[in-house]
Amino acid sequence: MSVEAPAATGNMGEPHPRFDARLKVTGGARYASDMPVDNPAYAYLVTSAIARGRIVSINLGEAQNVPGVLHIMTHENTSKDVKDSKLFSDGGFSGTSIIPLQSDKVWHDGQIVAVVVAETYEAAREAGYRVKIEYEAEQPSATFESNGVQVQAAADVKKTHEDPKVGDFDGAFASAEVKVDATYFTPTQHHNPIELFTTTCAWAGDKLTVYEPSQTMYGMKNGIASQLGIEPEQVRVVSNFVGGAFGSKGSLTPRTALTAIAARRVGRPVKLVATRQQGFTIATYRAETKQRVRLGASRDGKLTALSHEGWEVTSRPDNYMVAGTDATTRMYDVANVQSKVSIVHADRNTPGFMRSPPELPYMFGLESAIDELAYALDIDPIELRRKNDTMKEPIKGLPYTSRSVMQCFDEGAKSFGWSKREPKPGSMRDGDWLVGLGCAMSCYPTQMAPSSARVRLSQNGELRVETASHEIGNGAYTVIGQIAAERLGVPYEKVSVVLGDSDYPAAPVSGGSITTASVCNCVAEACDAIRAELGINDPKGDVLAALKSRGRGAIERYAEWTPKGVPDGALAKLYSGQAMPTGGTKDKERIMFAFGAEFIEVRVHQRTREIRVPRIVGAFAAGRIVNPRTARSQLMGGLIWGVSSALHEATEIDKRAARYVNKDLAEYLVPVNADIDQLEVFMIPEEDHEVNPLGIKGIGELGNVGTNAAVANAVYHATGKRIRDLPIRLETLLA
Amino acid sequence: MINFQYSRPGDIADAVRQIAADPRAKFIAGGTNILDLMKYDVERPAHLIDISRLPLTGVEETASGGMRIGALVPNSDLSYHPLIEARYPILASAIRAGASQQLRNMASTGGNLLQRTRCLYFYDVATPCNKRAPGSGCSAIDGINRQNAILGTSDACIATHPSDMCVALAVLEAKVHVAGPAGERVIAFEDFHRLPGKTPERDTNLAPNEIITAIELPARGFAKNYTYIKIRDRHSYAFALVSVAAALELEGKTIKEARLALGGVAHKPWRNKEVEATLNGQPATRESFRSAADALLRDAKGFGHNDFKVELARRAVVRALTQAAQGTPQSQSNKKIV
Repeated sequence: MSVEAPAATGNMGEPHPRFDARLKVTGGARYASDMPVDNPAYAYLVTSAIARGRIVSINLGEAQNVPGVLHIMTHENTSKDVKDSKLFSDGGFSGTSIIPLQSDKVWHDGQIVAVVVAETYEAAREAGYRVKIEYEAEQPSATFESNGVQVQAAADVKKTHEDPKVGDFDGAFASAEVKVDATYFTPTQHHNPIELFTTTCAWAGDKLTVYEPSQTMYGMKNGIASQLGIEPEQVRVVSNFVGGAFGSKGSLTPRTALTAIAARRVGRPVKLVATRQQGFTIATYRAETKQRVRLGASRDGKLTALSHEGWEVTSRPDNYMVAGTDATTRMYDVANVQSKVSIVHADRNTPGFMRSPPELPYMFGLESAIDELAYALDIDPIELRRKNDTMKEPIKGLPYTSRSVMQCFDEGAKSFGWSKREPKPGSMRDGDWLVGLGCAMSCYPTQMAPSSARVRLSQNGELRVETASHEIGNGAYTVIGQIAAERLGVPYEKVSVVLGDSDYPAAPVSGGSITTASVCNCVAEACDAIRAELGINDPKGDVLAALKSRGRGAIERYAEWTPKGVPDGALAKLYSGQAMPTGGTKDKERIMFAFGAEFIEVRVHQRTREIRVPRIVGAFAAGRIVNPRTARSQLMGGLIWGVSSALHEATEIDKRAARYVNKDLAEYLVPVNADIDQLEVFMIPEEDHEVNPLGIKGIGELGNVGTNAAVANAVYHATGKRIRDLPIRLETLLA
Repeated sequence: MINFQYSRPGDIADAVRQIAADPRAKFIAGGTNILDLMKYDVERPAHLIDISRLPLTGVEETASGGMRIGALVPNSDLSYHPLIEARYPILASAIRAGASQQLRNMASTGGNLLQRTRCLYFYDVATPCNKRAPGSGCSAIDGINRQNAILGTSDACIATHPSDMCVALAVLEAKVHVAGPAGERVIAFEDFHRLPGKTPERDTNLAPNEIITAIELPARGFAKNYTYIKIRDRHSYAFALVSVAAALELEGKTIKEARLALGGVAHKPWRNKEVEATLNGQPATRESFRSAADALLRDAKGFGHNDFKVELARRAVVRALTQAAQGTPQSQSNKKIV
């Protein structure tokens, strides 16, 4: 199917095709493991067969006899080589504090227990299969309700954590005329980017080059330096294209340092391409959550009380949490709010960021509960949201810089045909199929981080932008180039953007949907500096003519940009790889979010109960849309992921062994083309110059928030069965 | 993957000689399953005998009005063959319900019969599995068993056979032609796959030194009243939770002959001829179909996660028989809801 690019309306930019589209479909884009290195050796990981216990013995005899094996790393010869591994969320760089090969201890299933290096990948893998490890296994704790898990209140383990609350929830809930009290579950999920977790390390003297798909060039540069005990200046990280990341490549995993050490030991570059199965345990994932939501309302549909409690699984040593109550307590006008997040330590690898880390699970709870309340009140779910819409968040009373959620609902409802919906569950049918229509709110905090960039305008009309940001499928090359072209009045075709190399000026992690807002505002500043240098203040003035008339060959400007309210020293932190996003709920004077409304039609077969999704409509308002074409793709991908998170995706855990069992793309389901039929994305024009000078809100994660609730709400409408445990599978509808 | 020898036999006799000479050898045709198994370290053949160039790619009519399909005919070619589409649409439909287009392009007819189970534990060499490592135990019985069998299981194994094509071949009562050191023989389709019993490591009654040469279809194709329904978690590239091949011969509104095979529920395509016979002479109504479905699933037993398959299979049987009777088979190409 081929569709026209969406027209630019309101304050939107031009729908330029992606700079890298052709490169990607013709194989011209080089990913990290494609980068040529001289005479590489190949690494293969051996991972643990148990989730808890220790290694009693390792027999390498058979493995070492495989022709071509150069070296095998185990804890017996590597325990002192990796220095530290402080967690990303604690100001470090790592996705886990567990450093493999440090000792005989096994923290989780699938932990790296040996690394084989050989002349060929095949020899390394064969030897990997022949490494014989004896374990002393202990009974592991797999997940909620497993024996031996340790539960801690988030506020007790993380000093920056707040459990938002205001008013008197208990009193208001007790006296509420209508109540909802329900418990929801979201499953373990893995990112499964098509590009596997790869690392290539090449030493030249004491200088290390790391080719690794990453969302954080400077984080990786500084992180790997600290793990290896060398200076950041000795490390260069290159990753021009990333074949899907979704958060999984946003923090350092243990494989990078191990590959660097392997390369040093064998005296030549080492390439590691971990397998799809290993990707489930050597990187991060979205942990399962349990949530209890209580809502109280007056008979006429005014919310009076809201409580959201969440429990999240994490590893034994790490206090990773997503704490989505930060957002869910601020979505509606309600005077009495309480919330609490707890973490549950189990014998698992440490979870981490996955597209909309807090909002995807927590908005499922909230937006399902809102739908339940709408039924309890016999009020249309959109009207219930309208009654409780607000322009200021209830916890601190901070104003939203902009909030166009009801415009999204109204536009979306019109296109979706919401008015034809017969509200009674099970009342709409088409032949053998029960029809269900559901909706939910989407939101994502508008966040930004300090950035730097260099822009050069040459007299031949070429404009070059350099910044160590990341093309993770977000359209970064394209939108950054567009802003530069627009700002200097140069044709887009004359712009070249280079990204993904830590030799360029520092850019923040491409996570939290911050890249476009952060980098584009910085590039605009550099362009403005070029204008100022040339004395061209008129935005329509010809900078190139001015450059030539002054006899200049080129002008180059380096700019640093910090979002409003960020303290001094932020740029130094950016260069040390530790710039944290600000904005969203973190600002002291205002609250910044992008919003959307999502509509889902489901069909459920009246006999065999298969669930199909013939129609998806999403309407979003997110400030200035730099490129409506790339934006639509992002939002479309998000909506499909949202359906996936409702109906398909779940990592199955064998609780006896705390072991993931469906570790490939045949058994870990995501939708195929045939599962997604009609899909419409609307972008509602919205201007918001409070968020940042260019008025950009991030959209990378907006699309997949709320979709799971919209699907569950539609399934309820079709069948009268409220499913509170994802994914929704046909067996729950058979009974 | 462990290093292996590779050879390419010149003819069928040579292929049989080679496999008979080396107990650690395996045939490779399309490679859509054996290569995965080698990558997962489930199979460690010392020798791969590449039969993909043997002259077994014909699709021909037989003297008795049936068809003979060479063992190396790709699944895609078979499902789009005009005579198969016209006379055996249930087979064409079942093939298209399986795997993905790319896999169907590579997979061979004979290889489809020999694909191994998709039980999660069979693929995870760190876990016990009687099929992979006889005597080590079954991890699925008390483990994650949503996809596993509900009929014909044993204490040793609750794996299912994953093929869609074979479910249709069971209904059509195909014959499997094989060649071995002692010459050629023919195995009735119902005798080809085995139940797990105490020897779940053996999926079929094909001897280790035999090769499948052809599948023979009898003349009757049930092209008028048939359907293949596959119930799964997504529209394509997913194994069946339950599938049903239903074929009817009707006289007016009365059933003259009924055939039913279930996929995704047992170690082999599941048929019960006694139950089928109870439909003969009955009116083609929901009531008849319901009682047949109840009888077919009477001895079914779930293991926890897959308990639902019992009821799902009942409903799928009724739905399939209804579609077959109405002459409105399930489309495998138009995935949209109609």
